[in-house]
Amino acid sequence: MSNGPLQIKAISGHAGPVPGRDASRDYDVCKLVDVTTCIGCKACEVACLEWNGYPFRETVFDNTYQTMPDLAWNYYNLIRFDEHVAEDGTLSWLMRKDQCMHCADPGCLLACPADGAIVQYSNGIVDFQQEHCIGCQYCVTGCPFNIPKFNKETKKVHKCTLCSDRVGAGLEPACIKACPTGCLHFGSKDDMKELAETRVRQLHEHSSHKNAGVYDPAGVGGTHVIYVLHDKDHPERYGGLPKDPQIPLLVRLWKGPLKWLGNIAIAAGIIGVATHYLRFGPKRAEEETKGEPK
Amino acid sequence: MSAASDVRPSGATGEIERYTFRERVMHWFTGITYLYCLATGLAFYSPHLYWLASVLGGGATSRFWHPILGVVFLMGTLWMNNFWHRDMEMTETDRRWLDRVEHYMANRDDLLPSQERFNAGQKLFYWLMLYGALLLLLTGFFLWVPEYIPRQAAWVRPLAVLLHEIAALATIGGFIIHIYMGVFFVPGSMTAITTGWVSRAWARTHHRLWYLRVTGSPPPQE
Ligand code: HEM
Ligand code: SF4
Ligand code: SF4
Repeated sequence: MSNGPLQIKAISGHAGPVPGRDASRDYDVCKLVDVTTCIGCKACEVACLEWNGYPFRETVFDNTYQTMPDLAWNYYNLIRFDEHVAEDGTLSWLMRKDQCMHCADPGCLLACPADGAIVQYSNGIVDFQQEHCIGCQYCVTGCPFNIPKFNKETKKVHKCTLCSDRVGAGLEPACIKACPTGCLHFGSKDDMKELAETRVRQLHEHSSHKNAGVYDPAGVGGTHVIYVLHDKDHPERYGGLPKDPQIPLLVRLWKGPLKWLGNIAIAAGIIGVATHYLRFGPKRAEEETKGEPK
Repeated sequence: MSAASDVRPSGATGEIERYTFRERVMHWFTGITYLYCLATGLAFYSPHLYWLASVLGGGATSRFWHPILGVVFLMGTLWMNNFWHRDMEMTETDRRWLDRVEHYMANRDDLLPSQERFNAGQKLFYWLMLYGALLLLLTGFFLWVPEYIPRQAAWVRPLAVLLHEIAALATIGGFIIHIYMGVFFVPGSMTAITTGWVSRAWARTHHRLWYLRVTGSPPPQE
């Protein structure tokens, strides 16, 4: 699928105009993860490492089928594994492909103070630009999904790029290409929503998952990675996927009203002392008394 | 022994030594480290001021040094506290002075009680910076090494930035007034903090009780 060269629509910590702001030259891209057909084979994890040029690394066994407990700066993509026992006693293994959700309203980008360290392309991909990153990890604070990971040696933060380098060249992300069951799909957001809804209808009609549904959380403006879940009311069962993700309120306060109040207070302070000087002038010492030395 | 006791009138020139060499070094040590933290901090604070970080060697460099110089700044204020805290204690006279601070602002100093070595405004600024520095370190610590904060305690991160910023803004408010008074409003202050000397008239006008004490003159009749 071709997107042509990627056009930027939002830039972190940026004071000037953003040429592509609110513009959409291309359609929004989207990755659809149908967790109901994921078999936990980890082909996508391997493909991700290969494409991004990271070495295969030790796995951490903690009595689950998960490769390691959490994402890492050089491990963007992790199949989360959970066991769930339903009310009727049936056991299910829940597999969820965890990676950056490419939020339409990204908390990482809002929080980042460094000009250009995070950009959002007009096709919806949120991408970190390590050469501009200052390593403050504000993005970690802003992200409701706990995605960005810090490299302690280079002091830079990394996360899934949605293979912006491949997508820009008209290819699908590496994980999509590797998936053997067809549980991963990539296309326009509209198409992926439609496909997801179709799958949900299928689950309703032909399976016992009467509460199946699509995960495309509105709290972050929707995401460019969406899930089909067996039970849309319990996303937290899938490795703690948040039910109603929001950019933390304190982050919004800090990046919104507090900046305005602070700027106004600083400006008022400077104008205040300048006006005071014009009104009252300097404080003069009393005259020297006669006969006093100097 | 108060630090003021090693400040003596100079017989030769008639001027009075207001700040010893050590006090002046102390002042500029904290001043310059504060300014560095201020400039780099403001760069992180606003995209419109991010150029400050670029001028100071780039964002990553600023991020590396800001917390370190922050700690150095705090050490400077603690050093200063060691010498000045007695001079800075608030007195009954200070409270009366503060009640009528509008006369000070309007240059009607004749309506105010005489002041010791530091006036109540200077003392307030002093305590603001000392406690501000402590709060900045406390909150700054969490911003410094967030990678060691466990996920369960992640909520302290935005709280720490918020408090860090509020503490910074409070010190900035005091700092604006401090610069204004030192450079513009009270002529002679800048010479005092750079050379250490003030004229007798300056001392008598602005800090009469201190003037009488260091010149060994009789106490005032109020
Ligand atoms: C006392 C020790 C201090 C420490 C350990 C400290 C540490 C930090 C850290 C780690 C950050 C996050 C940004 C970054 O990672 O570079 C930060 C931000 C900041 N600091 Fe400090 N700092 C200290 C003192 C100061 C001082 C004296 C000021 C002066 C006003 C200041 C003003 C700021 C401001 C305005 C920000 C930006 C907040 C924002 O992002 O909105 N800090 N500080
Ligand atoms: S650590 Fe995150 S928030 Fe900080 S500069 Fe890098 S990308 Fe931006
Ligand atoms: S999931 Fe986190 S890192 Fe990814 S775009 Fe959203 S806020 Fe940013």
